[in-house]
Amino acid sequence: MKLKRFIGSLFIVLCVGLGIPVYADGHGTIKVGVLHSLSGTMAISETTLKDTVLMMVEKQNEAGGLLGKKLEAVVVDPASDWPLFAEKTRELLTKEKVDVIFGCWTSVSRKSVLPVIEELNGLLFYPVQYEGEESSKNVFYTGAAPNQQAVPAVDYFMNDIGVERWVLAGTDYVYPRTTNKILEAYLKASGVADEDIMISYTPFGHSDWQGIVSDIKKFGSTGKKTGVVSTINGDANVPFYKELGNQGISAEDIPVVAFSVGEEELSGLDTKPLVGHLAAWNYFQSVESPENEEFIADWKTFIKDDKRVTNDPMEATYIGFKMWVQAVEKAGTTDVDEVEQAMLGITTPNLTGGVAVMNTNHHLSKPVLIGEIQEDGQIETVWETFGTVIGDAWSDYLPASSKLIADWTDPVKCGNFNIETGECSGQNF
Amino acid sequence: MTYVGRKSLRLITFTMICVLASLCSADEEFHINVKQLAGAKLRALPAIVAKFETSGERALPILRAMLEGALYYRKSDKRIVAAYRTETGDFRLDDLLEGIDLEVASKREIKKIVVNNRLRGQIRKIIARITLTSGDRFVRELAVDNMLNDLNKENLLLLRAARKKEKDDDILSKLNMAIAIDDLKHNESTQLRLDAIDIIDSSLQPIVVNTLNSLLVIDAEGMPIEKDEEVRERAMKAKESIELKISFYEVLQRIFYGLSLGSILLLIATGLAITFGVMGVINMAHGELIMLGAYTAYVVQLLLPNGIEYSILIAIPAAFAVSGLCGILIERYVIRYLRGRPLETLLATFGISLILQQTVRTIFSPLNRQVVSPTWLSGSLEINPVFALTYNRLYILAFAVLVLLCLQLVLKKTKLGLQVRAVSQNREMARAMGVRTERVDALTFGLGAGVAGVAGVALSQLTNVGPNLGQAYIVDSFMVVVFGGVGNLWGTMVGGFTLGVANKFLEPITGPVLANIFVLIFIILFIQKRPSGLFPQTGRAAE
Repeated sequence: MKLKRFIGSLFIVLCVGLGIPVYADGHGTIKVGVLHSLSGTMAISETTLKDTVLMMVEKQNEAGGLLGKKLEAVVVDPASDWPLFAEKTRELLTKEKVDVIFGCWTSVSRKSVLPVIEELNGLLFYPVQYEGEESSKNVFYTGAAPNQQAVPAVDYFMNDIGVERWVLAGTDYVYPRTTNKILEAYLKASGVADEDIMISYTPFGHSDWQGIVSDIKKFGSTGKKTGVVSTINGDANVPFYKELGNQGISAEDIPVVAFSVGEEELSGLDTKPLVGHLAAWNYFQSVESPENEEFIADWKTFIKDDKRVTNDPMEATYIGFKMWVQAVEKAGTTDVDEVEQAMLGITTPNLTGGVAVMNTNHHLSKPVLIGEIQEDGQIETVWETFGTVIGDAWSDYLPASSKLIADWTDPVKCGNFNIETGECSGQNF
Repeated sequence: MTYVGRKSLRLITFTMICVLASLCSADEEFHINVKQLAGAKLRALPAIVAKFETSGERALPILRAMLEGALYYRKSDKRIVAAYRTETGDFRLDDLLEGIDLEVASKREIKKIVVNNRLRGQIRKIIARITLTSGDRFVRELAVDNMLNDLNKENLLLLRAARKKEKDDDILSKLNMAIAIDDLKHNESTQLRLDAIDIIDSSLQPIVVNTLNSLLVIDAEGMPIEKDEEVRERAMKAKESIELKISFYEVLQRIFYGLSLGSILLLIATGLAITFGVMGVINMAHGELIMLGAYTAYVVQLLLPNGIEYSILIAIPAAFAVSGLCGILIERYVIRYLRGRPLETLLATFGISLILQQTVRTIFSPLNRQVVSPTWLSGSLEINPVFALTYNRLYILAFAVLVLLCLQLVLKKTKLGLQVRAVSQNREMARAMGVRTERVDALTFGLGAGVAGVAGVALSQLTNVGPNLGQAYIVDSFMVVVFGGVGNLWGTMVGGFTLGVANKFLEPITGPVLANIFVLIFIILFIQKRPSGLFPQTGRAAE
């Protein structure tokens, strides 16, 4: 019976142990909170971002720290559990008293963090492409808004490839649903008929794509050029592309442009069925620029693995970190309100050879790149925007948000200002 | 030699020189064109590639290499080469113009000539036009298939010319179809157009349906665009008969999809049918045993980098052994002490599942790992343009049934099977008869776990191999076992296939999200009505 009790307690200890954050102690340091899942479903994507922040912190310390102090990373593990994100944020802000947080991946985790970070007046840098319709005083969005990823990708399909029939395929949650709503409105505004749009949602981790792929094949067999705009998330992509390949649909027949497939995801899969399909991002590892080469070299040294790749959310983390450092230097303090104001208008070189600007709506100006997936898992740019695109917090294509703007400078100072009524609506974020 | 003879000889020499000269200049021109590829911008490539068509078969190796994405140029001398990665990670270079192998180069020394989809399409069309008269029948057929998608005037002239020479029946019928479609669209003669409909009305190609549809379009004033009534009627009839056939094949296709989904459900549930069904252990780590099997497939592939084609076959017994051993360990060191306490078993196995997941995450990283599909598992068996069976699904379907049959054999025909059944029916009595129940328990659990591992190998061909693989399937596998009837392998099979087919027929109506929900609701209601599933165990074994 002793053994049984031992196993029971072992079990409990292990369970708790997996969730235990790594605490660090120190005085006279500036604390940087890292809120990325290190276990659970999202660990696959978020672990990399944790390492990126750690790398940036290390580099900054080597360069002499910030305001004469050392930076200290405080890593916690919200374990892909959305409510836990809120708890861990509270812990970072009240117990650890961090000055800034880099974190979150899924929109639902960000939404869970929002009330806490606004209540305690923290500062969050969110590095992932998302559906927009948000601008909080306490959050800087360094990933792409829909007009910096989805809309240009659709333009490319329409103008350069000549797509006339559209399949909007996505995983069933907030990001694809909102993005597809925006895209549907945009397509209809561009004169696409109802019967030329097919929308399909699948559950998380969907692996049986036979039916849907054959529906897409049928939808695409009417003689008009058909394209798939995919907001399919994470794991479900591999079986999707595999099924496309097996059913004999090539990228030339029906191209797929994806918003969630990057170098990191590609490194874990057999790329054969994906070659020629497209991805839209603001950064590709294959872009040739001195900044990028340095970043890739730094990353490979830091992670001690020559095969690791870089991706778009990493660039967004990089830009966010650089901007925060500059803003703190400019403000001369890590006080959230002052840093927030100092952030507006800050510029920093991005990794693709241009300059990123933090706009007054807390979103970045970025270039949009569209690339084709290559056999080696890299993405080669085939199209890019002239110059940069300003991130739009509130989409112009949704009736509910077309009149809203976000502007965190005087006199508006509001994340959802209605230009018709001249009012800031009651919503907090 | 007579004067005339000398004169003709001179003439012959002269023509020969001319021919050679023109050949040379064509060759030179081709070389110049090819050289332009080096360092060209993506926007400039289509114009360069378009010039290759006149060079005919000489251009094929370059075009094909481009299509495969294997065309590079060497930075040092801008020589155009085909580059193939060697085992060391360097590239083997092959000069396609001279036909010579160059020395091996590293990635830095060469630069890829990037090709995009539009260019690939263009290249395919050029290859089709060049190879339409090729000696190889498969190359010819591919050329015709490619041209079917692009029936412009120029291509039709080529196709008509090719029809005169074509001897192969299959290709001839495709050529006839292409020409019939053109006749139907552009010819004036009613008789010829009616004949054309007769030629194409047995085909299920999408282009045929589209052509017929275009004849039946009604304009804004409600008047048909096609003026010839006879043609319209015939087209209508042909369209109806084609659509009837298509919908028949679509139902067949759905059934296949359903059976295929069912075979996955069957595979993942079979192992559980033994551990849960026969032994009564609620094993929440079942999913992770599947995951271990999938990772075994990955490791086997790593160990045999040159044996992608058959490594999957070696992975099957390996996965059985790995998961089976792991299962025996779990039984010996955990479950054995918790017999008869389902709640604690459930918690303990859930804990084990978390431990296994995190262990795999630590060893293999949280990233998904890639298990390459061998070529014999890729692609599909195309029966006609609307009905195709994908090979991986087909093999997995057969494999699932095979696994079930083997398991039945083991349970019904071997000594171990006899003991397993005896212990599951009446443990005390079996023990009294001299059966070492503890050993039988461990082996039974190992057997169930091993089958889970085998299912993992099959799944590695369909989905991601990652630490979360098991979680995705644990609910489904319990669902199938409970629905089919606990302790009954045939019930598991019928249950798996029923749920698969039901899901696939619901999917087009409700969408995949709702389809899953409906299936779940159906099972809940069904279990209310028949608590012990489709095929309940009867007699004393049921107690």
